Amino acid sequence: MDKKITIQQEKYSRSWPLRMAWRDSRKSRGKLMLFIASISLGIAALVGITSFRENLMDEIDDQARSLLGADFSVDDRTPLPDSLFNKFAKFSSLQSKETSFSSMVLFPSTGGTRLVQVRALEGDYPYYGSIETDPPEASKAFRQSQSAIVDEKLLLQYNAELGDSVRVGNLAFEIVGEVKKIPGQSDVGTSVAPVVYIPRQFLEETGLIKKGSRIRYTTYFQFDPEADTTGQWSNTVEQSESLGYDVDTIEEKKDDTGRAFRDLSSFLELIAFTALLLGCLGVASSIYVYVKSKVPSVAVLRCLGMKASQAISIYLIQVAIFGLIGSVIGCIIGVVIHLYLPEITKAFIPIDITPVIYWPAIYVGVLLGIIISVLFGLLSLVGLRKVSPLSAIRSGFESTKIKWDKLVGLIGLTVVFFIYLALWWQLSDAFFALVYTGILIGSILLLFGIGKALSWGMKRVLPSSLSFVWRQGMSNLYRPNNQTVVLVTTLGLSTALLAMLYFMQDLLVQRVSMAGENERPNTVLFDIQSSQKEELRQMTQDFDLPVMQDVPVVTMRLLEVNGKNKNEAWNDSTERVPGWAFNREYRVTYRDSLITSETLVKGNWNGQVSNPADSIFISLSEGYAENMNVDIGDELLFNVQGALVKTYVGSLRDIDWRRVQTNFLVLFPEGVLERAPQFHVLITRINRTDVSARFQQAVVRQFPNVSIIDLELILKTLEEVLGKVAFVIQFMGLFSIGTGLVVMISAIILSRFQRMQENVLLRTLGAAKNQLWKIIAAEYFFLGGLGAIAGLALAMLFTSLLGTFVFEFTFIPNFLQVIAIFLVVTISSVLVGLFNSRNIIRHSPLEVLRNEL
Amino acid sequence: MSSILSVEQVSKIYQSGSRTVQVLDEINFDVSEGKTMAIVGPSGSGKTTLLGLCAGLDHVSDGSVTLNNVLLNKLSEDELALVRNKYVGFVFQNFQLIPTLTALENVMVPLELRGIDGAKGISEDLLTRVGLEDRMDHYPTQLSGGEQQRVAIARAFSNDPKILFADEPTGNLDEETGKAVEDLLFEINKEKGTTLVIVTHDIDLANKTDQIIRLKGGKIAN
Repeated sequence: MDKKITIQQEKYSRSWPLRMAWRDSRKSRGKLMLFIASISLGIAALVGITSFRENLMDEIDDQARSLLGADFSVDDRTPLPDSLFNKFAKFSSLQSKETSFSSMVLFPSTGGTRLVQVRALEGDYPYYGSIETDPPEASKAFRQSQSAIVDEKLLLQYNAELGDSVRVGNLAFEIVGEVKKIPGQSDVGTSVAPVVYIPRQFLEETGLIKKGSRIRYTTYFQFDPEADTTGQWSNTVEQSESLGYDVDTIEEKKDDTGRAFRDLSSFLELIAFTALLLGCLGVASSIYVYVKSKVPSVAVLRCLGMKASQAISIYLIQVAIFGLIGSVIGCIIGVVIHLYLPEITKAFIPIDITPVIYWPAIYVGVLLGIIISVLFGLLSLVGLRKVSPLSAIRSGFESTKIKWDKLVGLIGLTVVFFIYLALWWQLSDAFFALVYTGILIGSILLLFGIGKALSWGMKRVLPSSLSFVWRQGMSNLYRPNNQTVVLVTTLGLSTALLAMLYFMQDLLVQRVSMAGENERPNTVLFDIQSSQKEELRQMTQDFDLPVMQDVPVVTMRLLEVNGKNKNEAWNDSTERVPGWAFNREYRVTYRDSLITSETLVKGNWNGQVSNPADSIFISLSEGYAENMNVDIGDELLFNVQGALVKTYVGSLRDIDWRRVQTNFLVLFPEGVLERAPQFHVLITRINRTDVSARFQQAVVRQFPNVSIIDLELILKTLEEVLGKVAFVIQFMGLFSIGTGLVVMISAIILSRFQRMQENVLLRTLGAAKNQLWKIIAAEYFFLGGLGAIAGLALAMLFTSLLGTFVFEFTFIPNFLQVIAIFLVVTISSVLVGLFNSRNIIRHSPLEVLRNEL
Repeated sequence: MSSILSVEQVSKIYQSGSRTVQVLDEINFDVSEGKTMAIVGPSGSGKTTLLGLCAGLDHVSDGSVTLNNVLLNKLSEDELALVRNKYVGFVFQNFQLIPTLTALENVMVPLELRGIDGAKGISEDLLTRVGLEDRMDHYPTQLSGGEQQRVAIARAFSNDPKILFADEPTGNLDEETGKAVEDLLFEINKEKGTTLVIVTHDIDLANKTDQIIRLKGGKIAN
């Protein structure tokens, strides 16, 4: 009688779970829509950004030559000496020379003036790609006569036409073409500093090349196909670089361009990943809802002889298939994003991007979608193991609430590990991925704790004097089967992620807009020769403009640190002074006191050297000294245009670079540089645009070598640029917002499931409809409100940390914005809660129970 | 006639918080193959618990249950599932059809779980036998209570069970429909020669069976 069971399901069909999954899904597809939406939005953002990044990198590879326009270039603030030129010329068949500098130009036909980048060109540059002009032949033709080609936006802005003239310094050039595109330069680049090309043979006659002018001399080379670019080539490059010349090759240009835009795409990827993480929450909560609704069916199937693993496999198949569908939809949307992104990024990316579908991103997107679905689905699905067949004959026998056991723990750990791996893949930085994963898990635990505390606290402080409606709504926060913890965690996390996006944007805008505030300087005149200083000062005052600063500037180079030159200092392991400190040209000022943007942080500042035999104690910017590995007492030897000046670091200053002031890395005391060749900078504020235009015209006419930076114009251009970048970020942020909304809806549907029976019972006992509306509204008001507060607190904490440690800016939350986010989240929670409960309230209790359970 | 179900000294104790509740106390009985039996008793007397233990839906706290010569006590949950699939049929008070499957698919489930060929044909025959040949593709919500219970009866017999457990099979139906369902259950049971165990409050229904167990306070009263 006590025989060992030998029953086997020998003929059990392997395809049966698949068939069951299909059959069961027919009436459940609507319920899985939220799940599909969660997956597809997250995957869409990720596929779109990844494809865009890869496309961009491929294009940079393909267009590397035309980014530089030559095989290599050598540039510096001093002309390339013939000795070096000849050495480089041995490797090349063609060479071109370019002298570029900032200068004011005047359009005599309209009287308009503007600071532009003048490029005086000689030779056939570019050898790869082209300077695109209208008419096309103008890019070559202008080099033959006293003609210029001018940025098209500049012509438009000053209403100038082909055939008009543009005055550069002392010479007027006929405009023979409008410049549409320059190798390696974005639209934004040319908006900030529009370009005017002139033939180099007329440069001298413009009179703009004066001592102290910020001029860059670039020589472009095209390799001789026969050239050997190994031994001797490397020596020549090394020699040039040791003399401070910058040798730029195609590879370097490619790396530089790639690095710059990789940072942008990394940021966008982080936003996309945020959308995906929210999607994961959506997946977890929508599958939880789904599994919950399947418990009675599973109990019956278990009665009919189905194993727990078979039941789980049916729903796992559904989850995987719907994950696949969501991923495919996501990939399609992602491809559309990818097609659209080059259109909106072309303003600030100097590369023509022809969108090409990047299949690996799609494969990874689909795979990621399925893995997310299965992993996050399993967290709930394993709960089905605990469904007893007994619940088929005893309703309410047990629920599928996820109870902590080893398997759930193992899946939880796998989920965390998966998030870490995905972040690592996305960010290509193991440590940063670990930090981000840690922050994420920490936030979830914190929100979980807040939810628990609310539930616990509400039970103890709920005043019995409250009306029935409020008591009922609030007590739902701690009663059995409450969803307080789940909702506070999900709402809190999505609010935190979304609010952080807004705060960060606000932070960046704050950084820029500070410069334009009232009463701050907005116009900078530079390259003023000493002989012009007094006259220009007088002219400024004649225009009723304040001279807010008048600063002398002396250029110099660093020769030695503590008696060691560039190579010795770098090779000395105790010094380690980086090479750039010796290569750069220093623009230094001298004065007897510190200004408002400077704070002394170390040492003493003595602003006067009265005896020429005294030691000279200079002041360095704190950050610069840190990067240079120098400290108080170190000796620095400068070459001040031929004269050697030995100095000692006397103090370090903290400089607020955001102020529109002339700030200097190196500050000399008075009594040292007064007789050195120098130029001056004058800063003023012009409130009216018509005065600004008249003043600029007068300056350009009388002092053609003086350049004017109109900060209002720069700010306007920057705002445009930031607007375009912000649009891309907001566009990607929309996906996070969309997924956040889906998460919120599924979280609220979760609680609807819990509240339905109770509300039906209340209706049966005679509760009026409006009482039920109020009870539901009260419950969701508290849940949404607390989720929002918790999320906002997290967002403010993270934004402050980022502001302090990354952007070096104190984040001051905009309380109107905070209140707006709080209201939006809370009101949305209440509305979604009420919307999802409408059936329970509108229809008869019997009807509801028949349809819903 | 050999015994298909043997219950020996069965007790069931539940832990409710810090309180121990003895639902069943030393129950003994045997059911012979092909016979019908009713378990009757007031609410809370332990009828449904006993049915659950007999059908392998739960484990006993003490004693033993042997079904078709298989001792259920030591079986794992998955082994119990196999026993139920192979030997047991169920009819529930609230029908318990899978809402996402059609009537036909509901009947096919036990057969498909066993991998029996021709599950569709067998199920169609059974649905025709219970008078639902034109309702096969309807979902449970599209059927009346009586129709749903007829589908449940067809499903219960679909895997040719050795024993069929019915928990208040007419409890959710009006008198007339209940009577029709009751007749159908007994008719098919007779045709198939299945052992039938019914839990019921309905003394008239209980009187139609070969054997009656009366439970009171977790013990057999007769």
